[in-house]
Amino acid sequence: MVDQKHIRNFCIIAHIDHGKSTLADRLIEFTGVLTKREMEDQVLDTMDLERERGITIKAQSVRMDYTADDGEHYVLNLIDTPGHVDFTYEVSRALAACEGALLVVDASQGIEAQTLANVYMALEHDLEIIPVINKIDLPSAEPEKVKQEIEEVIGLDTSIAIMASAKTGIGMKEILEAVVNFVPPPQGDERAPLRALIYDSYYDSYKGVVTYFRVFDGTVRKGGRIRFMATGKEFVVDDLYVFRPGLTPVDELRAGEVGALAAAIREVKNVRVGDTITLADTPAREPMPGYRKATPMVFTGLYPVESNDYGRLRDALEKLQLNDASLSFEPETSEALGFGFRCGFLGLLHMDVIQERLEREFDLNLITTAPNVVYRVNLTGGGQVMIENPAAWPDPSSIETVEEPVVRASIITPSEFVGPLMELCQDRRGTFINMEYLNEKRVNLHYKLPLSEIMYDFFDQLKTRSRGYASFDYEVTGYEPADMVKMDILINGDPVDALSCIVHRDKAQKLGRSLVTRLRKLIPRQLFEVPIQAAIGNKILARENIAPLRKDVLAKCYGGDVTRKRKLLEKQKEGKKRMKAVGSVEIPQEAFMAVLSTDADDD
Amino acid sequence: MALPIGLYVHIPYCQHKCGYCDFNSHAGSDRDEQARYVDALLAEMDLWAARPELADEQVATVFVGGGTPTLLEGPQLARVLTGVRRRFTLAPDAEVTVEANPGTVDVEGEKLHTIRAAGANRISFGAQARQPHLLQRLGRIHTAGQVEEAVAAARQAGFSNINLDLMYGLPGQTPHDFRDTVSWALSLGPAHISAYSLIVEEGTPFFREWQEGRLSLPPEEAEEVMFAEGKAMLEAAGFSQYEVSNYARPGFRCRHNLIYWRNEHYLGLGCGAHSFLRLAAPLGNLGAPRPGLSASRVQGGAAVETAPGQPGQQYRFWNLKHPGAYRRALERGELPVEAGEAIERQGEMAETMFMGLRLVEGIADARFRARFGVGIRDVYGPIVDRLAAQGLVEWGEGSLRLTVRGLRLGNVVWEEFV
Repeated sequence: MVDQKHIRNFCIIAHIDHGKSTLADRLIEFTGVLTKREMEDQVLDTMDLERERGITIKAQSVRMDYTADDGEHYVLNLIDTPGHVDFTYEVSRALAACEGALLVVDASQGIEAQTLANVYMALEHDLEIIPVINKIDLPSAEPEKVKQEIEEVIGLDTSIAIMASAKTGIGMKEILEAVVNFVPPPQGDERAPLRALIYDSYYDSYKGVVTYFRVFDGTVRKGGRIRFMATGKEFVVDDLYVFRPGLTPVDELRAGEVGALAAAIREVKNVRVGDTITLADTPAREPMPGYRKATPMVFTGLYPVESNDYGRLRDALEKLQLNDASLSFEPETSEALGFGFRCGFLGLLHMDVIQERLEREFDLNLITTAPNVVYRVNLTGGGQVMIENPAAWPDPSSIETVEEPVVRASIITPSEFVGPLMELCQDRRGTFINMEYLNEKRVNLHYKLPLSEIMYDFFDQLKTRSRGYASFDYEVTGYEPADMVKMDILINGDPVDALSCIVHRDKAQKLGRSLVTRLRKLIPRQLFEVPIQAAIGNKILARENIAPLRKDVLAKCYGGDVTRKRKLLEKQKEGKKRMKAVGSVEIPQEAFMAVLSTDADDD
Repeated sequence: MALPIGLYVHIPYCQHKCGYCDFNSHAGSDRDEQARYVDALLAEMDLWAARPELADEQVATVFVGGGTPTLLEGPQLARVLTGVRRRFTLAPDAEVTVEANPGTVDVEGEKLHTIRAAGANRISFGAQARQPHLLQRLGRIHTAGQVEEAVAAARQAGFSNINLDLMYGLPGQTPHDFRDTVSWALSLGPAHISAYSLIVEEGTPFFREWQEGRLSLPPEEAEEVMFAEGKAMLEAAGFSQYEVSNYARPGFRCRHNLIYWRNEHYLGLGCGAHSFLRLAAPLGNLGAPRPGLSASRVQGGAAVETAPGQPGQQYRFWNLKHPGAYRRALERGELPVEAGEAIERQGEMAETMFMGLRLVEGIADARFRARFGVGIRDVYGPIVDRLAAQGLVEWGEGSLRLTVRGLRLGNVVWEEFV
């Protein structure tokens, strides 16, 4: 049994690449949760995808035992957080379970846009923040300058800042001491009825739903009967765990502690992240304040290539939603693609990650339509509709005005790249707000930008134009009027619903031309000539023709070739099966994603 | 029903391997190796002659291909040809073809005389093109002049059934080049001409060049012109197209190749040679992999147990590809079969369709019915109707055949039947 005054709950805030995962690994190693031999690199990033991309997607937790210089034994719970703007929601959940945060800043890179956003969020949660200047062993390190930046830009006292190198292990002990000394212990009421805040969950096919929580008041015991306050559902706790870093069984968890439980919960929808767990017999009167619900900003159609995979896709989406409450989906039907789902994501990376997990973990073969934002359409007859699917775009004659979501973007960059970055923002229909100097060499550039304009390759462009130095963050600030129109793509004279997109009128011509050019290259030649057109209503913006296939024949086939050529023909036939027949035209999967790269000047 | 049967003999040696060639051929062999290879061929013939499959059959055609059969010395080639005649019953009118490289026959025609005397009655020269730069680009070892001399020598030796292979769609070739090649070829008086559009096959030097963007092929339109003009010129000279790439004067279609296209039976001898036969006695390594059964074969390093091929069942099977491995199997007294697959009724129908639809005459419904007991429509009705609606196939004189357009789009048609 641990007294609350010997518990510290903290998380790490850092920009991608600033060494967060390495730091977490070193702390785990230093406190002896795992010996060096057991240590697998970056223990907390468990998904293959996270390791491959070097990003953290899911919040993870680990419990460490530490004997401090004061001679006391402490339990330190570290909750790892994602670093990308799309996963702000995950960060806010992790922050709510902690009393303190390590702010990790790279000693050569300085503060980045995303770090700033997360620090402000941590301050909103009243967390104690301990600055850690990491990678001080690098020759390019300028720790004093970075310290100064933290003081000036964020206004944090850096007298307690720790100089560290997670790679070489410098500063690990100092960090743990600072956690013990500066992060406040939990202040829960151990005698009050149980209140535990759910900050995550995942589905395990043996244990059912495994629920991650932080106990604020009271005690939860193995065998106890619990109630989820929002859903009212009750379960008996089969197992309680702490994270070491794998699930390690314990008998009880008390106020201030972090852990997980399994209770043979088979229905995913019974467990809501942000809900409060209490005891069925002695329930708490009020739940903990939940989280602001994450709103999906980017929508896309997901369709199985094999139409009989529809059920499997639904099951997979349900399973992923369990781990990721910000994923939304509802059934939709496309003339071209059949039955699928319109899915909502927090951003493009989120979409990418979900799509990749569906394909990898659930072995699904998917067609994704071009992503779009949610438009607010004001109708001539009064009334307003939210449009998240181009197919649902109202008839132009009934549209009074259209509003689109806009963001306030913050771009932190060395000042020498300001020109090219301003040009980029201008290209994307941006409006300049202001520019702050972080120090004599770095600026924070603020722009108002339409969300739709930063969806495609904005981030890549940002990196290209700043030689990788600029970082970017945004928050959605609201809706503003915009002259948006629906652009249709006609293949062989028929509009293909899955290829329609909403574009700004001024950009329609250029986009239309680029899109039909790409489609001409992506769609294989058919037996007849196939015109591809981009149109707004009846007005054709661009047209390309796919010349008919005139020759496709194996010149030689003799006795020794029969088996091989038969296999070749089978393969060719198989390839065609993976295409979607729209009318009499076979369209490959990639064509439906073609809109994505229309910004790039091809040809 | 008993199908006509053909015999293929593979000679895997070439003086030089051409840039476009993906056949089983090897450069740099010597007289010794070639002689031992012929010994192995004769040993393989012995093993087959002792089996029941060909015992009561007349062999309708023999085709000695390669590689370059004429790289062998005349007497060695004669051993092959007389070896066949001694062990199998050839039909009185059997077609016996030998493939020849114009650069490997002597001007005096001694080699040609020898093989003619050993029973060959059809000779096929790889002429390919008339222009020196194209021959060089292909990696051919002969000149146009040598082709002319070789044809003259063949005629001298008594061959009247002469084929010339030509190629179009070659890197650097123009329609003018191909017209010139066709008229030159016609002037040599062949009975048969094969005109192949270049196909860049995986694993060839041309494929690597193509991948690296160094192979500049003529534009599609030019290739189409070469095909159309070549066909017209050949037809004007009394040839008719009877297969995707083959033209013949009346009475001179290649009967051996017709066996392939009509999906009839053949026995392949030599390394890497393929066979299609109905077995009359068990044959090792042809059945589906089954644990604990019969001989083992090595596949990607792991031994796989396979069942022997069953009597009464049709199989496609193939010999060990490498000449050395092939010879060693025979030295152990074993048939050098590497592997094979059973051809069930469905597969046999599919192969009958996609091979048969290479022929201009198409597939006679009566013949299909005699073989399978059902008509083409009964099995492939909807597919045939769709392809007919697309203008790719048509019915005529009781046969299903490709249209003129379909002959250029064969793959689109054939894949429907696999």
